[in-house]
Amino acid sequence: MSDTQWETYEVFHQSRRGKPHEHVGSVHAPDPAMALQMARDQFARRLECVSLWVVKSKDVTQTDYQDPNFFSRMFDKSYRDPKAFDAPAKEKE
Amino acid sequence: MPSKVTSKSNDQLLAEFEGRIAMGDKVEPGDWMPEEYRKNLVRMIGQHAHSEIVGQLPEGKWIPFAPGFRRKLTLVAKVQDEAGHGQLLYRAAETLGKSREEMMDELLSGKAKYSNVFNYPTPTWADVGVIGWLVDTAAVINQSMLAQGSYGPYARAMKRICYEESFHIKQGYDAIVALTHGTPEQKAMAQDAVNRWWYPTLMMSGPPDKISEHTERAMRWRIKTKTNDEVRQEFVDHIVPQIRALGLDVPDPDCQLDKSTGRYKFTAPDWEELRRVVNGDGPMNKERLAVRRKAHEDGLWVREALAVKAAKTA
Repeated sequence: MSDTQWETYEVFHQSRRGKPHEHVGSVHAPDPAMALQMARDQFARRLECVSLWVVKSKDVTQTDYQDPNFFSRMFDKSYRDPKAFDAPAKEKE
Repeated sequence: MPSKVTSKSNDQLLAEFEGRIAMGDKVEPGDWMPEEYRKNLVRMIGQHAHSEIVGQLPEGKWIPFAPGFRRKLTLVAKVQDEAGHGQLLYRAAETLGKSREEMMDELLSGKAKYSNVFNYPTPTWADVGVIGWLVDTAAVINQSMLAQGSYGPYARAMKRICYEESFHIKQGYDAIVALTHGTPEQKAMAQDAVNRWWYPTLMMSGPPDKISEHTERAMRWRIKTKTNDEVRQEFVDHIVPQIRALGLDVPDPDCQLDKSTGRYKFTAPDWEELRRVVNGDGPMNKERLAVRRKAHEDGLWVREALAVKAAKTA
């Protein structure tokens, strides 16, 4: 009988106001409200926590690790990087 | 999701996989991996998860009898950690395609294996201390090694678990220190527990390298980063000075520091006993599984109630 194989929820944990929510793992739960309780018991037993998000794992759309082209750069984009510019920090008098 | 690599041959995929691991890069769910790698990890992570779940029982029975309220609260927290670790590990194994329910069924039916060490009895309070101190020290040495492993979800779970296990070691050590500073009877109780747990704890790291089936490939694929014998030696070198510093004896007259290597020599445990206990014939295997099954059955009404609530709010 399948009574323990609930859906899974991905858990995002915010340790303090101003910090980002970070993915910390996932929990099994029958519904979102229980997922929050499970997430609290699993991921906020010790560490500081001011907020948790849970989202059904199946609602996460992800890139394919095996598609090397998705993140490839078609041409040199170093102009997006502040280190790509030679101008001195301060103009000489 | 259609994959761009379907045109690659198995040999090419294997070479890329081994190349990534050799560079110290992690393998993530959805990556191509050899079937043997997947199977090996599912087996290992599943056994690890079961060990955490069964590991609640030998100490859990002491919760009502813990000496003092503070030690009772601490022990509750420790046992709760073990339940949490079991769930973290089931999730890590699930990323490799086996469901938690399948794994739970295998545990409850007696098909699954788990750590030898939880199949020994805990007749005294000193056993709780020694499990935290000796058994969890051995576990942390093993798990710190596994945290360096190649499979991302398992390595991440290991980091979190090691952090919490350091509290387990501390609480166990603290309980034993209290006994060694106590009455002669209390000190004798601590020594008796060390005597009984010494060899089972040495066995925890697994069979010796020369008869271990999985070591060579597990090392190449960084499923493990140290061999069983290396992990065992590290444990002995770490724990023997601690035991002796408390005025307790290591129950092995041949356990001595080898000055030329800086490492301790020790008598190997009875490997036949390890084989027997892991295969279901230890002193407490039957009782552990009976207690686990009863807990699972007793929890049925909670799972049913949650399912009704979930259906109403869906």
